[in-house]
Amino acid sequence: MFGKLTLDAIPYHEPIVMGTLAAVILGGLALFAVITKYRLWGYLWKEWFTSVDHKKIGIMYIIVALVMLLRGFSDAIMMRLQQAMAASDAAGYLPPHHFDQVFTAHGVIMIFFVAMPFITGLMNLVVPLQIGARDVAYPFLNSLSFWLFMSGVVLVMVSLFVGDFAATGWLAYPPLSGIQYSPTVGVDYYIWSLQLSGLGTTLSGINFIVTIMKMRTPGMKLMQMPVFTWTSLVTNILIVAAFPILTVTLALLTADRYLDMHFFTNELGGNAMMYVNMIWIWGHPEVYILILPCFGAYSEIVATFSKKPLFGYKSMVYATSCIGVLSFVVWLHHFFTMGSGASVNAFFGITTMIISVPTGAKLFNWLFTMFRGRVEYNVPMLWTVGFMVTFVIGGVTGVLLAVPGADFVLHNSVFLIAHFHNVIIGGVVFGVFAAINYWFPKAFGFRLNEFWGKASFWCWLVGFWLAFAPLYVLGLKGMTRRMNHYANPDWQPYLIVAALGAAIIAVGIFCTLVQFYVSIRDRKKLTDPSGDPWGGRTLEWSISSPAPFYNFATLPQVRELDQFWEDKQNGVAYVQPAKYEDIHMPRNTGVGVVMGAFGTVLGFALVWHIWWMAAVGLVGMVAAFIVRAYDRDIDYWVPAAEVEKIERSRHAKLQQIQTTQVAPVAAPQRQKVA
Amino acid sequence: MSSAAVSVSHGALDDVHGGGVDHHHHDDGSKTLLGFWIYLMSDCLIFSGLFATFAVLCNSTAGGPTGKELFELPYVLGETMLLLISSVTFGMAMLNMHAGHKGKLLAWLAATFVFGAGFIGMEVYEFAKLVHEGAGPSTSAFLSSYFTLVGTHGLHVTCGLIWLVVMMDQMRRFGLNDDTRRRLSCLSLFWHFLDIVWICVFTFVYLRGAI
Repeated sequence: MFGKLTLDAIPYHEPIVMGTLAAVILGGLALFAVITKYRLWGYLWKEWFTSVDHKKIGIMYIIVALVMLLRGFSDAIMMRLQQAMAASDAAGYLPPHHFDQVFTAHGVIMIFFVAMPFITGLMNLVVPLQIGARDVAYPFLNSLSFWLFMSGVVLVMVSLFVGDFAATGWLAYPPLSGIQYSPTVGVDYYIWSLQLSGLGTTLSGINFIVTIMKMRTPGMKLMQMPVFTWTSLVTNILIVAAFPILTVTLALLTADRYLDMHFFTNELGGNAMMYVNMIWIWGHPEVYILILPCFGAYSEIVATFSKKPLFGYKSMVYATSCIGVLSFVVWLHHFFTMGSGASVNAFFGITTMIISVPTGAKLFNWLFTMFRGRVEYNVPMLWTVGFMVTFVIGGVTGVLLAVPGADFVLHNSVFLIAHFHNVIIGGVVFGVFAAINYWFPKAFGFRLNEFWGKASFWCWLVGFWLAFAPLYVLGLKGMTRRMNHYANPDWQPYLIVAALGAAIIAVGIFCTLVQFYVSIRDRKKLTDPSGDPWGGRTLEWSISSPAPFYNFATLPQVRELDQFWEDKQNGVAYVQPAKYEDIHMPRNTGVGVVMGAFGTVLGFALVWHIWWMAAVGLVGMVAAFIVRAYDRDIDYWVPAAEVEKIERSRHAKLQQIQTTQVAPVAAPQRQKVA
Repeated sequence: MSSAAVSVSHGALDDVHGGGVDHHHHDDGSKTLLGFWIYLMSDCLIFSGLFATFAVLCNSTAGGPTGKELFELPYVLGETMLLLISSVTFGMAMLNMHAGHKGKLLAWLAATFVFGAGFIGMEVYEFAKLVHEGAGPSTSAFLSSYFTLVGTHGLHVTCGLIWLVVMMDQMRRFGLNDDTRRRLSCLSLFWHFLDIVWICVFTFVYLRGAI
């Protein structure tokens, strides 16, 4: 009846897990009570869960990512604590099987359920606004993507309390992840949570490519798109080109585990190294999927806060595209030690060094944008400068690792750990925080508090270096990754410093939470009446903050790059149209939620081999989709009168601040830097 | 078949024009067709992953039976013909869609369903026979990759059949409108795409395996 699922699946004997469970249950109950008390369920359902508005979906992605960041970071703290303790005779507090799950969960959560939703959320929030569109190409599909992603999140969270999670490392290499060496449900949780959320990601990728290719506002050519939109376009192309490979790879592993097949097993002709090749053919583009939109965000921020056009817009676009192509021909550098031979290793070593060239070009572009600019060090700019310093060092250690000879010494060591955290934290996390601080007013109508934002930045920067500089040293000394215990007491001081660094990062995360709290409390004071708090250059700043649900009352006409900036210089940025028109909008739908819920059921049932329940989940998903295909009431018109009312109040507000305060932009720097 | 495919894509473009004129129309068809093409390319990558896997593992028979011993080419040729004919009938259906003949369109779609279902029936029988002979997917890496590649294609065709049924029902209920035309155009692309994939399967799995 319940497959492999019994009451023993709940890890009663693990005090850490049970404590967490208690906290989650209490927190969940409290949240439930608050929502019920203030009668917010209807509001949440109507305005958020069933929403097909790209801005709200984007915000939901980012909120979930923040929550999952806390989960992934707890795993990090646990590992740092264990390694700070478990030298020579001391065993630490985490038993090996638990430690293995912790580092696996940390990697999986941070990449798939923190970094990815941050990126997808930002693209959702920003891309349609930057190209002057009223929504994405397929609003319902967008909602479906989000809820499929959520079902992956739910499965990962459930795995903490029912059964176990994979203890294989974040890419689940076979034969370790095969049924013979991982007989419990951990790897199955891993597989199905990634398959569900990966499906959502692929659909998002298709959605955004079509949105960017087909829905740009009249006149906007490709080479007039903001850089963030360009990087998003390349990222989504990478998603569509890379995620199917992940789907196949995990499906083959599933076939090995469920159907006794022999793709990656040790016997009957299986080939485990094929898995490693395949997963990295997806995995390497994946890191560029994460970093490219962040590069885009930095580009917007640098130009805005330097009060200058971005230096080398075209080279930025070409560099992004080059990175997109090259990201598919470097995968083997993740396993130089496999034994492919000198020629193959040399090829991939050289391509890896080549891919750092366009990235370097970008860095010079940012620096030259700042050069002789009037740089304002607001929070987004601080993150950006912190990124430039940190990321360069991460890049340099990456080029070092790209030398196959050096890699034979350093592979699988904590030097590698330090390297990729250096680029992922220094690149992606800093970029996401920069972007959140930058675009927050557009989403909510008020700025984030500067003080707590700066505090968060400095804690992260200092904490990051304290946590990972020791790992570089330890890697060179020969410490391998994923160690639950080590015999060499000389390493311990370094690991204590690293744990200290993690603690400082924890303070940084705390500062971010305080920043949100304080900003919401002081939202009146931080309000953004103009819709253009930073003196922005791109179209999203031309509309009110928060953006109206239809985004643009009339579609803006674009003739050049940074059209909004030009319009401000010419004093035509806020001209009211003679007449408003009806606006066509998609209707909200709960089908995405329903399909996500059935997806969760399907995934859970497959993990535990509860076949009838799996059938229910699958049939439910398909049926919900078909029912949706019969729904003919999927859109509506916003009457011109309503649009006019909303826009009039916006323009009234604009006139007020333009007369009483300052013009939105100081206009001395008109000359273009070509 | 190829002429049918060409006319189908023409039809698809007509559809684009039909919708594109109306500026207020939210989903004007051209977006959907572009998106569906991109989806097909991602699906193509799934198949390319499976083909690559098959290429790596096709000689890893681990002492078990080889393709040469197992495959019956005449049977597979019959299977192939069913699928190819179903593509022709789908092409006829699309021609009738553009001509606006709802009755003929439904009849051709029904014919497509019959041929498609026949293909799936033959494939299931072939799989059952192989398993019965002791050449199931767990026998060797070669057979694992064979069953997975061919089975994934079969699964796609099965999804296509379900979609076909839904579309026939929608035609009956809603008749020919922008929505049903657009969806049929997508399904038509999907169907021909699976046809092309099958030609690769037939060539690289069966013909090459039988040598």
